[in-house]
Amino acid sequence: MNFAMTEMLETIRMVQMENLDIRTITMGINLRDCADSNFEKMKQKVYDKITAYAKDLKAVAEKTEKEYGIPIINKRISVTPIAEILGTASKEQAVELAKTLDEAAKTLGIDFLGGFSALVHKGISKGEQTLLDALPEALSSTERVCGSVSVGSTKAGINMDAVRQMGEIIKKAAELTKDQNGLACAKLVVFCNPVEDNPFMAGAFHGTGEGEAVINVGVSGPGVVLNALKRYPDADLGEVAEIIKKTAFKITRAGELIGRVVAERLNVPFGIMDLSLAPTNAMNDSVAEILEEIGVERVGTHGTIAALALMNDAVKKGGAMASSYVGGLSGAFIPVSEDNGMIRGITDNALTLSKLEAMTCVCSVGLDMIAITGDASAATISAIIADEAAIGMINNKTTAVRIIPVPGKKEGDMVEFGGLLGRAPVIGVNPYSSEKIIQRGGRIPAPLQALTN
Amino acid sequence: MTQQQKRAIVSVIGKDQVGIIAKVTTLLAERNINILDISQTILQEFFTMMMLVDITNLEDLESLQQQLAELGKSLGLTINIQREEIFQAMHRV
Repeated sequence: MNFAMTEMLETIRMVQMENLDIRTITMGINLRDCADSNFEKMKQKVYDKITAYAKDLKAVAEKTEKEYGIPIINKRISVTPIAEILGTASKEQAVELAKTLDEAAKTLGIDFLGGFSALVHKGISKGEQTLLDALPEALSSTERVCGSVSVGSTKAGINMDAVRQMGEIIKKAAELTKDQNGLACAKLVVFCNPVEDNPFMAGAFHGTGEGEAVINVGVSGPGVVLNALKRYPDADLGEVAEIIKKTAFKITRAGELIGRVVAERLNVPFGIMDLSLAPTNAMNDSVAEILEEIGVERVGTHGTIAALALMNDAVKKGGAMASSYVGGLSGAFIPVSEDNGMIRGITDNALTLSKLEAMTCVCSVGLDMIAITGDASAATISAIIADEAAIGMINNKTTAVRIIPVPGKKEGDMVEFGGLLGRAPVIGVNPYSSEKIIQRGGRIPAPLQALTN
Repeated sequence: MTQQQKRAIVSVIGKDQVGIIAKVTTLLAERNINILDISQTILQEFFTMMMLVDITNLEDLESLQQQLAELGKSLGLTINIQREEIFQAMHRV
């Protein structure tokens, strides 16, 4: 046989006991040709195109997972940023279009559809303003539609007028879904330097540089990395990096194979592999626990950032060798509500908002699925977004904020979002005001880092 | 190996007992599946068997998967069948 018994057992163990899975197969679909001055026509075209292109996505993915013995957890769709096709549509029509997207997602049996988005990092066009105005209602009146807004980039600086609006939009979206702990905010990401081929929700959209349709893949394997490390409790940090690297290589190769098979069967080009380790609330499927295994008692204590930097870099090195096309966010995902170790870090007072911000400097993504007190002001939320965007802008990387000001909740309360979104302890914000910097508005100029030509 | 050949790995893991190989291979024979290689050991008291099989002419992998799973259940074993490429991808550069 071509393989040793131990190798075959390793693969089987990874899937059956360590939660190795393909976290998402996301089909990107271009909707630009659906734009139409007649709104009713546009709506129909959008629905028809999505349901036609992704007709077999779920069935093909399910067949493939059985055949290869690796589960594919989510099948998703990302579309052209909707603001780009809105044209002269009204806010009400934009909300209606979100409902159409929701319906398409339900028809196809997929859990999330991303791309109710606008890229406003430099300026806000008419269609984009319509989308921003529609966001709170669109996200609270739909179930599966995800939105994202780009408010900054290294090349353009930070659009602080958009940042100010985002604080208000997030507050409003939370208020509209107060019966569900502000769930609408869990489907909204504010980006700096977003990527066009991200397969992960809620920030996925099908960027302007993309083709007609594409398959992007995100794997998940914190449990596999954690268990690999547990077998070497006395390894030094160089060896730890090596173990993570090798494990990431194997995980990524599995993902790449499955992604390519699905793409081929759907007759759609394969786009990229996203190398992010994505946690779930399953036992031992936590990124934070990897950091704790490396040697911090609780995630958030001193040493956390060093451990995270080591881990994130090792994952990339292993993954980059394993896949021909790496893209997406490819960093560590540490959504608080979806990672049991992160939740424990906060409830044990080891992990704070400021430490979470600092962690963003060495891994991608940023403040993800963080519940804050309901009385945090719109300006405070905008300022949190501005801080994260500044980290992204200066460090030439993607940062994102997905934050939920949970109406009526106080610091220390626990809120449930249900399903994959998990649960999160509510954290407090700095009591001092950031009103002035947000009210000033304008644009933070692009940094020196932008002048690379 | 010809490029056209489709191969899969059948893995059988569980408590050792009389007749495991006989029962699994009988099922495979009934489905007209040729076994190319077989390897078996006892790992930490657990019976572990891997079989490389030719599924080129197998129309319906899913129903075989189900049959194997049912057989596994009746014997208290875990039986899986998955395409060989996944092992190739993970363990060979």
